[in-house]
Amino acid sequence: MAENTAAATTGQFHLDKKVRKQVMIRHQYLQGSWNYERMQNGGWCYSMIPAIKVLYPKKEDQIAALKRHLEFYNTHPYVSAPVIGVTLAMEEERANGAPIDDVAIQGVKVGLMGPLAGVGDPVFWYTVRPILGALGASLALAGSIVGPILFFVLWNVIRLAFLWKTQEWGYSVGTSIAKDLSGGMLGKVTEGASILGMFIIGALVERWVSVKFTPVVAQIPQQSGAYIDWDNLPSGADGIKAALTQYDSIGSTALSATKTVTLQANLDQLLPGLAALGITMLCCSLLKKKVSPIAIILGLFAFGIIGRVLNFM
Amino acid sequence: MNPINIVLVIIVAFLAGMEGILDEWEFHQPLVACTLIGLVTGHLQEGIILGGSLQMIALGWANIGAAVAPDAALASVASAIIMVLALNGGSANATDAINTSIALAIPLSVAGLFLTMVCRTIATAMVHGMDACAERDDMAGIDRWQIAAICMQGLRIAIPAACLCVIPAEVVTNALNAMPAWLTGGMAVGGGMVAAVGYAMVINMMATKEVWPFFLIGFVLASLSELTLIALGIIGICFAIIYLYLKGLAKSGAGAAAAGSSDPLGDILDNY
Repeated sequence: MAENTAAATTGQFHLDKKVRKQVMIRHQYLQGSWNYERMQNGGWCYSMIPAIKVLYPKKEDQIAALKRHLEFYNTHPYVSAPVIGVTLAMEEERANGAPIDDVAIQGVKVGLMGPLAGVGDPVFWYTVRPILGALGASLALAGSIVGPILFFVLWNVIRLAFLWKTQEWGYSVGTSIAKDLSGGMLGKVTEGASILGMFIIGALVERWVSVKFTPVVAQIPQQSGAYIDWDNLPSGADGIKAALTQYDSIGSTALSATKTVTLQANLDQLLPGLAALGITMLCCSLLKKKVSPIAIILGLFAFGIIGRVLNFM
Repeated sequence: MNPINIVLVIIVAFLAGMEGILDEWEFHQPLVACTLIGLVTGHLQEGIILGGSLQMIALGWANIGAAVAPDAALASVASAIIMVLALNGGSANATDAINTSIALAIPLSVAGLFLTMVCRTIATAMVHGMDACAERDDMAGIDRWQIAAICMQGLRIAIPAACLCVIPAEVVTNALNAMPAWLTGGMAVGGGMVAAVGYAMVINMMATKEVWPFFLIGFVLASLSELTLIALGIIGICFAIIYLYLKGLAKSGAGAAAAGSSDPLGDILDNY
């Protein structure tokens, strides 16, 4: 609404950038008092306090504002930023005399929190965090400090930029945000995130779910020349060189005179990571049947121990 | 551990506990928490590796509404402390210490879940304290309740961490060395598979008929080890852009093209 910005400049009360920054900083503690009764209400009220102080000098108005912002609220903690931006704009108009009642403010909060949570969860928890986490973790597994630092810095730069930009956007567009959001943009963001997320999860399943079957399917004697003839190598450094040269051209099968084919090697010839894919799909269907993830995890550990004891994994 | 180590570990644990509920700075993610605990105890290298391994398992764990995901904060902090104790005891080797800590992280994540439930219930009473403050226009009081609630979440991890720190390192090392090879080996095998559960949680939240093909493309492409995660990310973003663009075209084209020429086979069947 264009009136919002007009009111902001002409009205008696105005939330300047300093106050809006205070709100943004406090808004990071939104979930601090998360409770089963009204969920994020405490953190929401805590975030609004700097604005309430500026907008309502009278004691009874402050009490009314505090109470109104202790109502039920729950959404994704980052996409809550545009909601608080809109709420700031509405409160500012109200303090300047516009006829906005409690119901209108609560209505906007509740109307926005559902659809926005539907975007925040897949985008942040299921796409951005797994991707950055996997990127950092793959570096960390090699022992590199770059992994954790990269994850921490990238995540927080993205998060802080998002919190501030979208809060400012919400504040400047005011209540017309509802119109913008229904324009199909949210749906596109969610869909794009799920395509990217599913693609990366597919890659992660192949790379990081490790299932190895050890049973030996066959022992095939190799032809001479296909393996390193250890007994007839030249002595000294020349021998090492000859062995390494052969190893480099033939590969790991060069190490022994018989070629050992494991079940795993056979499976990998069909499709690398096939067993990992199977385990993941099994987990999906168990989760759908409401089996607790913790029970599945413990089950996999038990399966691993049995597999090791019986010598097939 | 000397007193300075213990104090630093407790501070890290406190941050992880706060973030376990706030979910902002991500100090509770294993990659960050385990690295920090490794850093303050002089086992940085092992801490980073443990963090990386646990992060791969915990990728899909998220606080969503009433959904029950294992608690990453207690899992990463407590398993890192146990690993440090095992290493300090001297005779345990680093790989075994890391693998056992990964396995221990799972039951710990369940314990953390229980502590979260307790804290969220106590927070209900704290919010009633805020209501009372609102009645008498006591804004500083509301601030105090909010800060108290956050500190309570910090203590949720800091107290168990402090308790673990006072266990003598030899006890942990001896327990680790007393474990038979089939148990440690089996837990390593299990640890390789449990990442699947986190991925399955993510898949179940996002999967629709439309996006399954992208999952399979990602899976098949990943076996090309030359493709780094960043390269795969770029491919994924391109797929998303192309798909959304074509879908937009198909939608706007469907109305304009009278005979629905976007589906030639369908047209033939219809005309037949």
